[in-house]
Amino acid sequence: MLQNAWIIPALPLAATVLIIFGTHRNRAVSSGISIAAIVSGFIYAVAILFNVLHDHGPHEFYFKWLDFGSWHLQIGLLIDPLTAVMLLVVTIVSSCVQIYSLGYMHGDPRFSRYFAYISLFSFSMLGLVLSNNFAMIFIFWELVGLTSYLLIGFWFEKKSASDAGKKAFITTRAGDLGFIVGILITLYACGTLNFGEVFTKIETGVFAGGLLTAAGIFLFCGAVGKSAQFPLHVWLPDAMEGPTPVSALIHAATMVAAGVYLVARILTIYIASESAGMVVAVIGITTSFMAASIGLVQNDIKRVLAYSTVSQLGYMIMALGLGAYTAGTFHLMTHAFFKALLFLAAGSVIHAVHTNDMQEMGGLGKKMKITALTMFIASFSIAGIFPLSGFWSKDEIVASTSGHPIFMVLTLMVAFMTAFYMFRLCFLTFTGGPRDQHKFDHAHESPKTMTVPLMVLAFLAIFAGWVGIPWLSHGFSSFVYHGEPHHAAFHFDIAGISLFVGLSGIGLAYLMYYKGTISPDKVAARFRPLYTLLYNKYYFDEIYDAIFVQPLYAICDFWFWFDQHIIDGLVNGAATLTLWWSIAKNWFDVYIIDGAVNGAGYTIRGTGSILRFAQTGRLQNYALIIFAGVILIWFLR
Amino acid sequence: MTEISLTNLTFYILSFCIIAGGIFTVSSRNLFHSAVFLVFTLFSVAGMFVMLNAYLLAAIQVLIYVGAVAMLMIFGVMLTTRLADVRLRHVNEQSWPALAICGFFLAFLVYGLWDTPFTVSGVPMPADTAHALGTLLMTKYVLPFEVVSLLLLAALVGAVVIAKKD
Amino acid sequence: MDQVPIGLNHYLMLSGVLFTVGIFGVLTRRNAIAVLMSTELMFNAANIALVAFSRFVTPAALTGQIVAMFTIIVAAAEATVALAIVLLIYRSFKGINVDRINFMKW
Repeated sequence: MLQNAWIIPALPLAATVLIIFGTHRNRAVSSGISIAAIVSGFIYAVAILFNVLHDHGPHEFYFKWLDFGSWHLQIGLLIDPLTAVMLLVVTIVSSCVQIYSLGYMHGDPRFSRYFAYISLFSFSMLGLVLSNNFAMIFIFWELVGLTSYLLIGFWFEKKSASDAGKKAFITTRAGDLGFIVGILITLYACGTLNFGEVFTKIETGVFAGGLLTAAGIFLFCGAVGKSAQFPLHVWLPDAMEGPTPVSALIHAATMVAAGVYLVARILTIYIASESAGMVVAVIGITTSFMAASIGLVQNDIKRVLAYSTVSQLGYMIMALGLGAYTAGTFHLMTHAFFKALLFLAAGSVIHAVHTNDMQEMGGLGKKMKITALTMFIASFSIAGIFPLSGFWSKDEIVASTSGHPIFMVLTLMVAFMTAFYMFRLCFLTFTGGPRDQHKFDHAHESPKTMTVPLMVLAFLAIFAGWVGIPWLSHGFSSFVYHGEPHHAAFHFDIAGISLFVGLSGIGLAYLMYYKGTISPDKVAARFRPLYTLLYNKYYFDEIYDAIFVQPLYAICDFWFWFDQHIIDGLVNGAATLTLWWSIAKNWFDVYIIDGAVNGAGYTIRGTGSILRFAQTGRLQNYALIIFAGVILIWFLR
Repeated sequence: MTEISLTNLTFYILSFCIIAGGIFTVSSRNLFHSAVFLVFTLFSVAGMFVMLNAYLLAAIQVLIYVGAVAMLMIFGVMLTTRLADVRLRHVNEQSWPALAICGFFLAFLVYGLWDTPFTVSGVPMPADTAHALGTLLMTKYVLPFEVVSLLLLAALVGAVVIAKKD
Repeated sequence: MDQVPIGLNHYLMLSGVLFTVGIFGVLTRRNAIAVLMSTELMFNAANIALVAFSRFVTPAALTGQIVAMFTIIVAAAEATVALAIVLLIYRSFKGINVDRINFMKW
């Protein structure tokens, strides 16, 4: 049962191969294959989850891939509760996204290719969560990066889309460099890449000290890139250029979850090395706060969600950095569902009005009841309102910061901002009067293929968190844990504060964007510099442009000039000298060397022209001479 | 006339036939005449073999040379030469130097052979040379015998391969 | 008539004369088949010498006769192949004059 878990990633891979090499001309069959593969994977994942519920494991199955003598690379499966949960989340979200895509991508000229890519994406992520060693996880990590590049740049006719694809690829590459350095440090220190063996070395103190901290920080670099943490978060908002279902997949279950998953998987390192853990936590909360504040003022519906994702990922990373394994992974799971729902609902809205700008929407709630309803459920969930799933996971995250006052304050501020911008989005989109009558008139509810996944995800956004209700004796915390299973106590004070913070955020949004009691414009005018700063996303893109891109251009210009004038000058000078020297040599060659050579030639030719008459070509002539020669020899003997 | 003188006479007659036949063979303008003179010469050589008590060899000479090789030559002549053609020259331009060199060679040879004392054995030839030769071929010379049979086979196949039209 | 017994030297001289005649033919005849006939004369000259030696020097061993026999056989083989070649030349050159086959010169 468990050792056959490789089937789960193998199914989407097979779907990809089938679509690319076989059925790509037939849209219905291609999408059917892809969806069948991922749904079968989902069923298998459920079976695995029940298996793992009985026996937490970890179960490990591997074979040697490359044998290097003293050590070897493995290909193997590692199945523990975290893997089981991730398999489930990825397959559910991917299934919903693919079914939703049937409607969303309807009529796209590269419909089959889209499903091939999505399947490949699912395969990469499923392989990643099943990996049992660093080398294998790195391979799938890069596959995830590749497929995200393909999908973000799916509409590559748009320059912004292809640019966004490149940006995502190159930015995450910067993180991956750190990742591979971390892997090499680990290999150097432990002589193995297997997770279990590395953790044993850490626990026995073989792998410790500065090396461990360095390895932890470098490995975290990979997660920073993939999970869009500060300072490599810039690619994620641009990734909105891809089709919206892809954004949902990237943001909820696959790409960005990979980074969080990695940190959770190797959490032993961050627990053993407190300084590395603190780096992780600080990066996480910084990202979270920064992204949430940017999200406050964005007008593009998908960008708001993108910054929301970055912010929530920061939450998870921070919780993991503080050692709260259960809290981080729990939030990863609940977030996957409600963020997928948010994106798919946003996609439904965009599908209806053909714009991303919230300022051109408004009042859509009347026309798109299911979309609006599910969007509100997801927003309540992400805002952490009792009893939706976001409440339980966010509560655990806030509880994990209890020993660190600064973290706790910032976390609560982020919670407030999250609630505010989510409901700003909801109110601007679905309530009030239409701000663009033309677009409003054309709006309509999306087809069933799109709304059914929304409803499934809405259900999960409400109830998925209930597995983590603290009063459950066999809840999430006794399933996915690090070290000893702990029973998360329910902190009424913390829960109360976070609920209050969330509600106040919603209230402020209600006043500003629904009632209009407080004018957003006046607030913006009052805090003009801050607003501008946030609106321009802290000028990160401009700063990176100034720090990295422009100097690179300048350096390139310089080297171009250097090339043109110095190198080429040298080359041309050398060429001129060579030319003169060649002319001199040519004269020498023609008159002296050639004279000698030709003289020899003429001599030989003259001699030959006389001697050749000996070669008559007549057999009897030769025979006569041979005969005469024989007689001569005989005679002279 | 004693028996010795009869032997002498036979030898001289046969020698004359051989040499004259040879000279006509090489000098006749008509190639067919050359072939006929060649047959004549070969017959005379067979006679000379009889004089030398090599009866089997004489028979073989007649069978193979006169019967096979000469016939082959005549066939070759007929297949390749238009006998009616008037030939301007049947010898090439080096005939006079060749004649000089050959004359010199012959003179030198005769001078060398004229009174060279060879150690001649007095033992008479065995009466039944054919039987002795057959025994020798099957015992002492069996390997060359087999090799030469192989050579004949190769020559047969080779001749067919070379001469056949493509 | 002076009765000099016919000895080995006589036979060898006969052989030498025949050989000379043969080699003269080989050196001078233009026709390829005539050249072949001349070589047959040379073979016969050699055979006479061999048989004569066999008769006078080693009458019991018969080595000369055996070798002469092989010579006859090899000559037959040679004649076969040579005539095949002559036929081929005739086909290629429309003639069998040896001095026309001279394109392997300067």
